Amino acid sequence: MNFQSNTKTDFKVIGTRVPRPDGVDKVTGRALYGADYNVPGMQVGLILRSPHAHATIDSIDVSAAAALPGVKAVITSADLGIPEDEGLRDVQDNCLARGKVLYDGHAIAAVAAKDVATAKAALKLIKVEYTLLPHVTDVDEAMKLDAPVVQEARADESVPAGSGPNVTHFCEFGHGDLDAGFALAETIVERSFTTAATHQGYIEPHACLASYGNDGKADLWCTTQGQYFVRDLCSGILGIEGSQLRVTASEIGGGFGGKTTVFIEPVALALSRKAGRPVKIVMSRVDVFRATGPTVSSSMDVRIGMTKDGRITAAEAKLRYQGGAFPCGTVDMGAQAAFAAYDLQAVRTQGWNTLTNRPKEAAYRAPGAPMAIYAVESVVDELCQKLSLDPLDVRILNAADAGTKSSYGPTFDQIGLRATLDAAKAHAHYQAPLGENQGRGLSCGFWFNFGGNTSVSLAINADGTVGVTEGNPDIGGSRASISMMAAEELGIPYEKVRTIITDTSSLGQNDVTDGSRVTFAVGLATIKAARAAIQEMCGRVAKIWGIDADAVVWEDGCAKPSGPNAGDFEPMTLAEIAAISSETGGPIAGHHEVNAEGAGVSFGVHLADVEVDPETGSTRVLRYTVFQDAGKAVHPDYVEGQMQGGAVQGIGWALNEEYIYGEDGRLQNAGFLDYRIPVASDLPNIDTVILEIPNPGHPYGVRGVGETPIVPPLAALSNAVSRAIGVRLNALPMSPPKILKAVMSKD
Amino acid sequence: MVAVKLWGSLRDLAEGHDVVEVEARNFKELLDALVAKYPALKPQIDRGVSLAVDGLVYRNSWFTEVKPDSEVVLMPYMKGG
Amino acid sequence: MKNIHVSTTLNGDEAEFVCAPEETLLDALRNRLGLSGAKEGCGTGDCGACTVEMDGRLVCACLVLGAEAQDAQIKTVEGMAIGEALHPLQQAFIDHAALQCGICTPGILVAAKNLLERNPDPTDTEIRYWLAGNLCRCTGYDKIIKAVQIAAADMRGA
Repeated sequence: MNFQSNTKTDFKVIGTRVPRPDGVDKVTGRALYGADYNVPGMQVGLILRSPHAHATIDSIDVSAAAALPGVKAVITSADLGIPEDEGLRDVQDNCLARGKVLYDGHAIAAVAAKDVATAKAALKLIKVEYTLLPHVTDVDEAMKLDAPVVQEARADESVPAGSGPNVTHFCEFGHGDLDAGFALAETIVERSFTTAATHQGYIEPHACLASYGNDGKADLWCTTQGQYFVRDLCSGILGIEGSQLRVTASEIGGGFGGKTTVFIEPVALALSRKAGRPVKIVMSRVDVFRATGPTVSSSMDVRIGMTKDGRITAAEAKLRYQGGAFPCGTVDMGAQAAFAAYDLQAVRTQGWNTLTNRPKEAAYRAPGAPMAIYAVESVVDELCQKLSLDPLDVRILNAADAGTKSSYGPTFDQIGLRATLDAAKAHAHYQAPLGENQGRGLSCGFWFNFGGNTSVSLAINADGTVGVTEGNPDIGGSRASISMMAAEELGIPYEKVRTIITDTSSLGQNDVTDGSRVTFAVGLATIKAARAAIQEMCGRVAKIWGIDADAVVWEDGCAKPSGPNAGDFEPMTLAEIAAISSETGGPIAGHHEVNAEGAGVSFGVHLADVEVDPETGSTRVLRYTVFQDAGKAVHPDYVEGQMQGGAVQGIGWALNEEYIYGEDGRLQNAGFLDYRIPVASDLPNIDTVILEIPNPGHPYGVRGVGETPIVPPLAALSNAVSRAIGVRLNALPMSPPKILKAVMSKD
Repeated sequence: MVAVKLWGSLRDLAEGHDVVEVEARNFKELLDALVAKYPALKPQIDRGVSLAVDGLVYRNSWFTEVKPDSEVVLMPYMKGG
Repeated sequence: MKNIHVSTTLNGDEAEFVCAPEETLLDALRNRLGLSGAKEGCGTGDCGACTVEMDGRLVCACLVLGAEAQDAQIKTVEGMAIGEALHPLQQAFIDHAALQCGICTPGILVAAKNLLERNPDPTDTEIRYWLAGNLCRCTGYDKIIKAVQIAAADMRGA
């Protein structure tokens, strides 16, 4: 669907800064999140987790636990079937270990009891016999031929012969003649990089309340980015039909991709089924770090050749990712995104995924892209330094544009990279002087964004207000944007529209809130649903006026005759039409179901100024500006919020966040004290510049914006710090001890 | 006939070709034709693929039209966060 | 040990509850008193999502025992609005998009209110350091600091 010829540009509501509908509930404490819901008779669910990184489970004896007074149910994987579908089986095995424990924190058993004290006592009574196995947590170690085998025979057909036993997937992208390209280069830089795993760090731990009736019907309340997907996964694991399970999404306290799967939900449902009572499970912060889904960690090699004028002639990257103990496809995304910002004649990216004894990876904003682009942008910056070229000019010289054959295959249509680069070049930040121990870094960023399955229903209430029902949890202010799009299309004030997020018993399928898809796809469906309602209203009015339906048009919130020939009738407002809906045919509504396609890619550029204290290695971010193409910013405050929030997550990733495993394969820093995310005093204001290059695939030109902003900070900060201290760094995070070591090695 | 560009690591499964020609009018026919011509591609296609048609990416839309002069690029099925 | 009976003042009202000796004030607020505004983000005093005011001081309710609320003045986010009127901080947060998911918002509002009562005209730096114990993962803090400044100006002006 291409809206290029009729992308709207004269907006009344879109682009304004209206108050968000969930605001009052959230500032008064009235909003209900995953752990805030309670029902009578509910039991406390707790999960027993492996203290070992890798071991066989020789036996589990739950008899003493089950016999403890106050305990209503104890389960292990033996209480579940074994799904045929490989992906679903992996999800289930991650929720409750089967045969082996694969990482420190892997769930083994669960209890439901009348209170926390009883549940804790019951966990202590569960006897597990393990045989310890050698473990591996480092990505390069795990790829070796003699590495401890995490799971047998999980490699797919892409893996080259002679690969280590833990390598599950291989991919390659690119085009052109690399050798010829490198031969044209006057300077070549080849570097290796490593990045540690990070966690999405949502402040709200996973929480759910499952209520399984004796009639086989179940209700699940949970914090999630996708209640329909939770329904699919849980019904598959429990062996019931999807329609028997109603999943309601609570308000969500942060997700960023980490709540697009399940960890405790099937366990709570299985406990509830066995206990015949509702069961509530709330994860502790320690367990969130140990046993939900962090990012991959990576080891990468990048080689880029450049002429002395700054033209890239050839580029190559090798990405080695580990996604924990189950196969993961994130390296495909990283390998495709790595060079996306560049117009290249010769480019190749190869990627490998390997298993390790670590938790199963989950998405975190632009999964796979941040680390790959960090490596690429670092090498480009090093080349700029070597050749004494302006880093922004070099990006502009090589920038992908409309008509560029992308490094991952398709030819780009209208894209916003050049606009963001030009805006950065023109911005005062780029010209501001720097002092001693200070450095400036920049990086491009990119994400694909997508559409997906979406269902929206829009009701014109008899009082002239409008209710929009959609199925995507709001993680960034989308309810406001959806209401705005409905209001814009219908020509009525924003205050007349209310958007709610329904449970799985309503609407058709809705894919999870991810891929920066909601404002794009749900917005598109809402606009179409509004148009359907408009068509119905015009039809009603045509009957009232006694003219043909196509002689009635909709303008400024009213039905009007299409021209003088149609007749001389006073326009009828939406409210007037709604008031007589009962008499004119019944309730008026519109709906739209679609597998939305045509989402536009989103490019961004970040500028970062830092000051490094040479005595402590501590980095202070002095100034930070985010430039990003939003296509059309429906609600500028929320677009800015995504840009700022994603940038700060990236700053944390670059400067301090990492998963630290000990020799024993156990996670050492499972808490916010030692897994240090940015706090208010770490940061300056995050300035934002929104560019708008409309996406032809959306009626208003909207592009997804939520994920791209996490990508540039990694290299922007690494380039800034490297320039500040005069030593190129090649590992993340650049925490103070590591920077200090680099500073001291210089002398 | 539609020319479909395959990504690098699929080449070996398509007898060394990175552009293959198939008879197809839409996404589904195209995938079916690829599997018929190169059965080794089936596991990846079963795992999921996206199709970029003239620069726009489609994830699993069987009836998306594909014209003989369309630029068609096979991509892995995309996931976000 | 048996459960403990606690008498306290909660958002200006007398309140009583029963709790286990080892139970935290956070659990007492959420499970005994029906006030779910304070959130558990970590349970170890690192995130500030459970920030409440106790006798005029900010505390992490997860680090205070329920029993310690005896004879204390406890103030939570639920006590900030007066009737229909939101507190200027609450209004400023909505008007200036200082929240996204909102899970950290109750803790930050309680903390910011306490700051402005002590220091009605803080600098950005003072606000940032005062709120350093309240983690936010969504906003990057920028709009939060700006909203606090706007509310502070509003409260000074009014």
